[in-house]
Amino acid sequence: MKSIKFIYVLLPILFLSLVTSSCSKDDDDNPIILSEVDGLIKIQELTNSTHTIELFNKEGNFYTGYNSVSIRLKNNASDLYVEDASFSWMPMMQMPTMQHSCPRSAISKVLGKNTVFEGYIIYQMTNTDGSGWSLTIDYTVDGIDYTMADTIVVRQNNNQNVTSFMGSDATRYIIARIQPNTPIIGINDLMVSVHKMENMMTFPVAENYTITLDPRMPGMGNHSSPNNTDLNYSSSDEMYHGDLSLTMTGYWVLNLKLMNANDEVLKGEDVTDENNQSSLYLELEF
Amino acid sequence: MKKFLIYSFCMLLSGITVAQEDETDVKKDTTRLTEVIVLSRRKLSNHRQEKTLSSIDDYLEKSNKVAMIKRGNYAWEPTLNNMNSERLSVTIDGMQIFGACTDKMDPITSYVDVSNLEKVSIGSGQTGTENGHCVGGGIDLQLASSKFYQSRLKTNVDLGYETNGNYRVAGLDLEYSGNTFYMNADGVFRKSYNYDAGGSNEVLFSQFQKYNVSIQTGFKLSEKHTLDANIIYDKATDVGYPALPMDVSLAEALITSVTHNYANDSTFIKSLETKLYFNTITHIMDDSKRPDVPIRMDMPGWSDTFGFYSKATTTIKNHHILFNVNAYYNRSLAEMTMYPNDSNQPAMFMYTWPDIRTFYSGIFAKDKVVLSEKEQLSGSLRMGFQNNRIAENVGLESLKIFYPDLTDSKSRFLISVASNYTYNISNYDFSFGLGYGERAPSVSEGYGFFLFNSFDNYDYIGNPTLNNEKAIEVNTKANYHKNRFHIGVEAAYFYIEDYIIGEIDETLSAMTIGANGVRIYKALSNASIFDVYINSSYKISNSFSVNGTVGYNYGRGSNNENLPFIRPFTYLAELNYKAKQFNAAIQLEGNANQSRYSSFYGEDETAAYGVLNLNFGNVMYANDTKFIVKYGIENLLDTNYSTFADWNNIPRQGRNFYLNLSVVLQ
Repeated sequence: MKSIKFIYVLLPILFLSLVTSSCSKDDDDNPIILSEVDGLIKIQELTNSTHTIELFNKEGNFYTGYNSVSIRLKNNASDLYVEDASFSWMPMMQMPTMQHSCPRSAISKVLGKNTVFEGYIIYQMTNTDGSGWSLTIDYTVDGIDYTMADTIVVRQNNNQNVTSFMGSDATRYIIARIQPNTPIIGINDLMVSVHKMENMMTFPVAENYTITLDPRMPGMGNHSSPNNTDLNYSSSDEMYHGDLSLTMTGYWVLNLKLMNANDEVLKGEDVTDENNQSSLYLELEF
Repeated sequence: MKKFLIYSFCMLLSGITVAQEDETDVKKDTTRLTEVIVLSRRKLSNHRQEKTLSSIDDYLEKSNKVAMIKRGNYAWEPTLNNMNSERLSVTIDGMQIFGACTDKMDPITSYVDVSNLEKVSIGSGQTGTENGHCVGGGIDLQLASSKFYQSRLKTNVDLGYETNGNYRVAGLDLEYSGNTFYMNADGVFRKSYNYDAGGSNEVLFSQFQKYNVSIQTGFKLSEKHTLDANIIYDKATDVGYPALPMDVSLAEALITSVTHNYANDSTFIKSLETKLYFNTITHIMDDSKRPDVPIRMDMPGWSDTFGFYSKATTTIKNHHILFNVNAYYNRSLAEMTMYPNDSNQPAMFMYTWPDIRTFYSGIFAKDKVVLSEKEQLSGSLRMGFQNNRIAENVGLESLKIFYPDLTDSKSRFLISVASNYTYNISNYDFSFGLGYGERAPSVSEGYGFFLFNSFDNYDYIGNPTLNNEKAIEVNTKANYHKNRFHIGVEAAYFYIEDYIIGEIDETLSAMTIGANGVRIYKALSNASIFDVYINSSYKISNSFSVNGTVGYNYGRGSNNENLPFIRPFTYLAELNYKAKQFNAAIQLEGNANQSRYSSFYGEDETAAYGVLNLNFGNVMYANDTKFIVKYGIENLLDTNYSTFADWNNIPRQGRNFYLNLSVVLQ
């Protein structure tokens, strides 16, 4: 009898120690190999007869505005991811009478990763149902050129984080907010992109302009915040940077004015008592 | 025999100590409080007052140097020497406690009731630094201590009614005192509807309701050791603030302490009192009852404090020495959530007090030297270390908008010294005092984030870089008595360096809808505050007496602007009749026109006023039961008036009939 009781006591202890040791083994001895796209959600796959291209971002969807995109290329035959390839891409919006593309970056390999490439696309608009866009990707593997294309869905962002407009210099520009992704109450690094629309397909980065910044809260009688700075061009990342201070969470309108190197206003107005919003603005909500 | 001699010597000394204290503590008459108020061994809800059940606010207001800033009919903010809470050290029985409202809707005097207290000790200027650093003075609301005199159970029932506001009060007080065990339990409930200003003009949102319960127990561990425990729970709900854009749906405080007392006349340390305490306050502002606001918002605030003090007294020859070591830790957090009128937009949130942790530790020493029968000299010193830390990173980032180099922690060293000389002979006495004191900025002044001040209609931003505010103080007092005539004068002058006050920053945009702009707490290089009061009384006969007081106050900053909340010329005249079981008084009080108002800080000129009050009291006995009835009429002529201390000029109560009944069963 005594020994049976003893076993009853011992068993759970044994079991517990087993669980504990097995757990700690996982943690200490065999570090889990993280997938190279860990934390990202697949947006879509594009396929042709030889390869499959997987598109990822944090949200798992394309939205209007700036989209950072991670790309993997899989060999359909071997089921292995290709580590060495070069890409170019062309998003296309089909309008009733014409078609146009949008600003996008070159695609490059992600530093420190073997199979992931990245780039960005800035969709300046979409149809209300998300339709209209398609994406063509040309790529080269081992000196051989391939291509694939498919329609994609681009959803409308609730806030205006991209704006496309005609400047007073008769050039069309596209401005998009890239940072902050998760704004804080405090001073945020504001990063926006400015692209010129040279023609329907070509959108070079617009360099050496200045953008003035005046954030406002329409819900609070157009309350503004102090110590914002104008955005200046940085040649290292080809983006515009400035300080954006947000005094509280909520809905903010970032009133902007785009100025050229001669300080001529290309678009936008000052916010005054009579004019409570610039015609050039981005929105932000947190 | 030797022992007996030592004992009697010590007894004598302690007797002298007590006697000396009695001399500086001026007993209060029915209407005026002087610097230190001492009541008999019964509590504050004592029958010496015109109204047995008057609030602490009413009570404090009777002091010469105290004025109450009113934002409604409840929770008035005390000022002393024309300086408000930031410049005062307001404590409950030596315990630090801090309001949880960013708009000062809950001065800590609102979290205790008269039934909790035995006396209120008011120290003007640097004489008020026993419990903490201050510039204007200290107010200590002292709890009753345990008494072991075997009175057994004593019951006291209080009932009150006032016509104006349909104000009802009920209170019950049970006291049991045995040989080694003491217990007191009391509860007060107060409820008032909107009051009427003079001319039957209803003041909307002036209602309030609150209750307060407290339990005090004491154990006599031995002849020399006693242990007390005290707990106060105070809860106010549905409090209207007619002068402000928001009301309060909850103001709740739990105040607890355990005290150990040691008393021994034969040792070097005559008494040693050590208290451990904790208090927590929740304050919730609410605008849901306001029909028309630009934006709906919630503004809750919390303040938790724990700390201790230990004070010892000793007597060496003619020196009466007091030591006090204290430390506390406070956490103040307040936030604001606003709901946009456009419901598609998300709620807007910010920390208005970004979880500020204040740690303070300091020592206080006071020596009172009896130079001769006529002369006395006293000196005191307080030194302390204070650290403020922003615990909420979101709050730190918020403040970095204004102060990009801000770090989360800031330490200060504070010092205050005071000395006082008193000369006292039969016909007159005279005293002269000098002091120097420093204070750290308050949480709002240091770290407030868009705190809306409806008085000057500006949003305020705290300034963590502020220097300590420093004050040099001179005060003097003289009294002359001859036969039935008494006249006294007291005056105090403060020269304050780095006087902290909001300064308009034109570059900033107001957050609050409709506000005029933003002020940042800055320091004026200096400011001067002066006050003088003359009291006089004459005893016409054994039953009749008259007394009168006039006061003058002055305050100006180095920017040549008047300071706000400086009391204009003030007067009071009273005729008293006192018989054994009946007393009556008629009282005229008023202020002159506020000619030196501060338009720069949002004040307008308050017109002169005078009001007439009438009060009566009866005492009756039936067997072991004592009945005390207090009744009267306040603002007899139904004058419509407001004073310099009424926030946004809200009018004060019009004519009010009141009746308080107390029944004491023993």
